[in-house]
Amino acid sequence: MEAHRLVTPAQPGQEARIGVYVCKCGANIGKVVDCEKVAGSVAGIEGVVVAKDVGYACSEPGQQQIKDDIVNLNLDRIVVASCSPRLHEPTFRQMLVSAGLNPYLLEMANLREQCSWVHMHEPEAATAKAIDLVKMSISRVRLLAPLKEETIPLTKRTLVLGGGVAGIQAALDLADNGFDVVLVEKQPSIGGVMAQLDKTFPTMDCSI
Amino acid sequence: MTDVGRHPRITLYTMSEVVDVKGYVGNFEVNILKKARYVVEGECTACGECSKVCPVVRPDEFNLGLSSRKAIYSPFPQAVPSSYVININECLGDNPSVCAKCVQACEKQCINFHMSDEQITEKVGSIVVATGLSPYDPTEHDEYGYTRFQNVLTSLEFERLVNAGGPSQGEVIRPTDRKIPKSVGFIQCVGSRSARKGAAYCSNVCCMNTVKSTLMLKEHYPDIDVKVFYIDIRAFGKGFEDLYLRSRRAGAQYIRGLPGSVEENPDGGLSVAVENTATGKLEIHDLDMLVLAVGLEPAPSTQRLQEMLGLQLTPDGFYLEAHPKLQPVDAATRGVFYAGCAEGPKDIKESVTQASAAAARAIRLMHKGEITTDPITSEVITEHCKACGRCAEVCPYNAITVDPKKKIPAVVNTAACAGCGTCGAECPFGAIVMNHYTDQQITNQVDTMLSEDPKAKILVFACNWCSYAGADYAGVSRLQYPANARLIRTMCSGRVDEEFVWRGFELGAPAILVSGCHIGDCHYIDANHWTEKRIHKMWKKMDKLGIRKERLQLEWISAAEGIRFAQVMQRMDDLRQSVTQEEIYETVEALKKRKKKKNI
Ligand SMILES: Cc1cc2nc3c(=O)[nH]c(=O)nc-3n(C[C@H](O)[C@H](O)[C@H](O)COP(=O)(O)OP(=O)(O)OC[C@H]3O[C@@H](n4cnc5c(N)ncnc54)[C@H](O)[C@@H]3O)c2cc1C
Ligand code: SF4
Ligand code: SF4
Ligand code: SF4
Repeated sequence: MEAHRLVTPAQPGQEARIGVYVCKCGANIGKVVDCEKVAGSVAGIEGVVVAKDVGYACSEPGQQQIKDDIVNLNLDRIVVASCSPRLHEPTFRQMLVSAGLNPYLLEMANLREQCSWVHMHEPEAATAKAIDLVKMSISRVRLLAPLKEETIPLTKRTLVLGGGVAGIQAALDLADNGFDVVLVEKQPSIGGVMAQLDKTFPTMDCSI
Repeated sequence: MTDVGRHPRITLYTMSEVVDVKGYVGNFEVNILKKARYVVEGECTACGECSKVCPVVRPDEFNLGLSSRKAIYSPFPQAVPSSYVININECLGDNPSVCAKCVQACEKQCINFHMSDEQITEKVGSIVVATGLSPYDPTEHDEYGYTRFQNVLTSLEFERLVNAGGPSQGEVIRPTDRKIPKSVGFIQCVGSRSARKGAAYCSNVCCMNTVKSTLMLKEHYPDIDVKVFYIDIRAFGKGFEDLYLRSRRAGAQYIRGLPGSVEENPDGGLSVAVENTATGKLEIHDLDMLVLAVGLEPAPSTQRLQEMLGLQLTPDGFYLEAHPKLQPVDAATRGVFYAGCAEGPKDIKESVTQASAAAARAIRLMHKGEITTDPITSEVITEHCKACGRCAEVCPYNAITVDPKKKIPAVVNTAACAGCGTCGAECPFGAIVMNHYTDQQITNQVDTMLSEDPKAKILVFACNWCSYAGADYAGVSRLQYPANARLIRTMCSGRVDEEFVWRGFELGAPAILVSGCHIGDCHYIDANHWTEKRIHKMWKKMDKLGIRKERLQLEWISAAEGIRFAQVMQRMDDLRQSVTQEEIYETVEALKKRKKKKNI
């Protein structure tokens, strides 16, 4: 998500151009939720330029289709109604970036974990819920603003607290990799409990 | 150990403790208090002439009091740094008329009584917490007689006895008569695995440590009787079972059952009464010496550091990792990592593995020399801010500076802000914009959801890390529950502003649920405490407004609690059905009045 791909935020007064993609996830969603109906029932909403169902939104062709729409229809906001954002939000954010949009102009509606998988025997209720969730996402995506990741300088040094075997190992690994280390130990010597042991399991060899 | 002392990239401060940490990932400022050693580290050759002449004799803490040392001493022969040190509280004084014998004895003149404690400030980009363990003190296990009988030792004391460099040059001798015991018993799980005394967890190393000790005893003294009293032997690591079998083959006896009492015999031996749970019989074992396999507890400084660094602890008191499986060495606070027993009881191999992992994670963070900040942070609209200080008070990351006295408006340090949104929910003046979860964005979702047939729906706020994840888990497990709930995801339950809830009720929601991580598990340290307080406040207000407060529910649901999520959904739907149209109408009216009164 490189910063130079940012687009300028939608100008005030400028209408959002939203694309809505209702994923069937093969049969995972499509078997319970009527995805065409979901897409159809949000198609007329203000700002929604395109609303359609797709087989697998996350697949290569699925993503390509959305990316093409972004370019061809000049979309600036995307709703993907599919699985949990905890699974594929990074995927679709990346997709926006590669189509030239800011990654934070995406919103997902969870039609799989929250509809088709948990209301398997109630296809109508599941579809009604799906429609609500997608409408909610549309109302939210409309207001999303592009966000920019900032880079700030960092101090390449590590504080290691405690000089037992763990602190010693961490300090040496860091230092041998070229990073400066500040090792702080409460006692007059490092070593911790291990320094007090003679032989140690499982090898029965000396500890220091 | 000596590699550390020599390494050009490692600055070692011993006798030192961190007293204050400021800043945030990438740029921490650390204040260190270094106590005076009174011997110049680089100069001292550890010849030991000073300690020969020192008249003060004290118990040696490295040998747990089993031997003695002087007031000027070397902690132990291989110490790093090797320099001697003076315990100034024990020292008689540097006045030649009183003592100062060591000063005269030191040819290199590296003893300096004018040394004072130093305050040192260091800038670092990341922190590894490796403060280790503290062995359990078995005093409260009075039935084992640790404080009453000299020949009852802890496993760490025993370690010093069998150590060739220890007080008895590796000869195992009884404290009472300095004779080699003919029989030694070990009691396992002292301070571990008990609901009553010590800790409830298994301390991980004491079984194998005892197995090791039995083998050492049998090697030193083939005729010695060795008995181990245990609940079960946990020998799960690589090579462990093999060692355990070797111990049994060598003749160590394993007796299943923990002793009920220990009495001292006239000869200093110990009489151990135990119910052998394998045979169901009460047995008495007479032993010359008894070793308590004490458990591992968190280091005493754990809690102080936890507060200083904004870390989290498990109920056991060890540091809590960001994710128990996928981020086992990361703290939830970015830039802080754990290594060794600070994170939980473990053996050396695991401590070392974890230390290398922590180093790798720190390098991964630092190697570019810059870090990208997560843009989901809060922002203050300066014109609206009244400098009341509320946001700074609630921020778990101390990311906000504001001066209520001088009326200097709030500023968010975006690098330190973790994006929980609590400040946004708590600001009484709407002066905070929580990016990506703004008031407007969330209100829009509430409005849309309730624009049609609100009575049929349940409004649910779920935090990203726990409750929303719990809903996902219910989905993955194909748990079926009523289809009435609509979830709104926030990063933290702390983000859920009172106004979102009022709005929901105003638009006719019959029931509303706010859900988040369990108290103590909050992904944002303790932001959910504010959620809890807020909901309690709202319940009081609902009472006053004549709204049935059950209609607002608060539930803690973890990422693993899919079943619980489904149950809560069922309960919410039962609740929803209990709400009548009249009740909703009355609520809407009451809230309209509230709005008028508050002029919003
Ligand atoms: C009796 C006994 C026998 C054992 N036998 C074995 C064995 O045979 N084999 C095996 O693999 N494991 C064994 N272990 C376990 C082993 O000791 C631990 O795994 C290991 O010591 C853990 O290392 P650590 O660095 O995490 O902690 P520690 O060794 O406890 O080191 C922590 C260090 O941090 C310092 N410290 C603490 N707080 C602060 C602070 N606030 N500021 C600065 N410094 C601080 C301490 O002074 C100490 O030097 C045994 C443990 C015990 C108690
Ligand atoms: S390792 Fe063994 S002795 Fe230690 S607590 Fe666990 S079971 Fe008990
Ligand atoms: S809570 Fe709001 S008004 Fe008060 S200091 Fe913070 S931003 Fe300003
Ligand atoms: S969003 Fe959370 S972490 Fe960020 S400033 Fe506000 S309270 Fe602090």
